[in-house]
Amino acid sequence: MDFVGLLTHYDVVGAFWVNIQLTLWSALFSTILGVILVLMRISPVGSLRGFATGFVRFFQNMPLTILMVFLLLGAFVQLRLQFSSDFTTNFYWLAITGLSLYTSTYVCESLRSGINTVPIGQAEAARSLGFGFFQSAFLIILPQALRGAIAPLGNTLIALMKNTTVAAAAAVASETSSLMNTMIEANADQILTIFLIFAIGWVILIIPVGLLTTYLSNHLAVRR
Amino acid sequence: MAETAAAQKNAQITRTAHSQGEEPASARPLVELDHVEKWYGELHVLRDINLKVSKGEVVVVLGPSGSGKSTMCRTINRLERIDSGVILIDGHPLPQEGRELTRLRQKVGMVFQSYNLFAHRTILDNVTLAPRKVLHRPKAEAEKEARELLSRVGVEAQAAKYPAQLSGGQQQRVAIARALAMHPDVLLFDEPTSALDPEMVGEVLNVMTDLAREGMTMICVTHEMGFARQVADRIVFMADGQILETGTPEQFFEHPQTDRAKDFLSKILNH
Ligand SMILES: Nc1ncnc2c1ncn2[C@@H]1O[C@H](COP(=O)(O)OP(=O)(O)OP(=O)(O)O)[C@@H](O)[C@H]1O
Ligand SMILES: [Mg+2]
Repeated sequence: MDFVGLLTHYDVVGAFWVNIQLTLWSALFSTILGVILVLMRISPVGSLRGFATGFVRFFQNMPLTILMVFLLLGAFVQLRLQFSSDFTTNFYWLAITGLSLYTSTYVCESLRSGINTVPIGQAEAARSLGFGFFQSAFLIILPQALRGAIAPLGNTLIALMKNTTVAAAAAVASETSSLMNTMIEANADQILTIFLIFAIGWVILIIPVGLLTTYLSNHLAVRR
Repeated sequence: MAETAAAQKNAQITRTAHSQGEEPASARPLVELDHVEKWYGELHVLRDINLKVSKGEVVVVLGPSGSGKSTMCRTINRLERIDSGVILIDGHPLPQEGRELTRLRQKVGMVFQSYNLFAHRTILDNVTLAPRKVLHRPKAEAEKEARELLSRVGVEAQAAKYPAQLSGGQQQRVAIARALAMHPDVLLFDEPTSALDPEMVGEVLNVMTDLAREGMTMICVTHEMGFARQVADRIVFMADGQILETGTPEQFFEHPQTDRAKDFLSKILNH
């Protein structure tokens, strides 16, 4: 089978699309969770700060593969936690759960580094004008923190995209690294071509994200 | 630091206005600090602070560096906690947390040394944000008033710009307009001109002098002796976390009672 044959016989584009979908869902959930975590970390309530710190330490220091295997074997097989009776759908959402838990800690830490770029006077001015905690956070602090956190958030997104291939461990069979394995098994003589197809595909997918991040962090920077 | 001729002149007008003005309407002090104590760890930064400020009064707080002036100012809108004593705003004790605190804070405006304008928002947004989000005033109404306030402090032409595009003096005047937009009962100023280039000090002092003349209650920490002398109704002198003297500018500048005050004045006035 030649290059064109490989591309027509296997749904390479479809596999990439699965990774993109995993990325988008996980990005959405990890952003929400990451914002909640960072709000807890800057909150005046000690127990919330403690919980968020513990959560971040735990999930950030656990290898993603271990987390995925736990979700698959522990949460699903042992604890019977499931999203759907359909196996494929279930594994798909378990993968998103693992990716979101793991990535949210990096979103939280990126935002926190962004918050550190916001002078304390901004929060004091907000408080002195009568803004409450959430108003200060969402109107004043986070919008500025976000602009200061674009570079680490961009890196987090890139890491998330690559990490979706680890979702193979949670058995999302249709994604790229699984498809690559399948293709190599059937076409062992074409291993280099197959590798290049996926390598180049990933590079094409990720380079624009990096460029966009650089562009945004230069253009949205808060002037002081 | 030198003051502009305009500020001097304004200050004189103010003085006349004050001497002709009537007594404060209410006998109840607008701001009252009662036996306030605060520690930073081992450091006893506020010692038995007692201070009453009436409506319309302009109090200037003087004192050497590290004497606790900023800390006292910041306790009045609870940017800093106190360890004992009470702070009353219009007769209501300042609560520790929560909605009630937020509500009382709106009555106490604050102008900072470093302006602290919201860097990601335009000048107009800086002034309208709190009235819209905290007082829930309609956008058009808030913007109309914001433009009036901005023109009152002389920066209406900058409304669409971002803080970083303005000079320090302009930013500080915007900060004053932003505080005024909440219709505070009292304005706190913590060294509002200390970060400014000398040529911009006068424009900010002019705005403050105008406010004083219009009857705004003000507590100002400043090193501007001309302003203190001419605009203050009362000088509060602090050293080592204590209020050592309080009196009219004339009493304080001409007849300081304590050695600390004499020493402070000789350093300030002879440099
Ligand atoms: N957050 C803090 N933690 C510990 N000590 C502090 C803190 N803030 C201020 N201090 C100390 O408290 C004392 C009073 O500080 P404060 O800023 O109120 O003085 P100040 O009179 O405003 O001085 P300056 O004229 O230099 O502004 C100083 O000794 C200062 O070092
Ligand atoms: Mg100070």
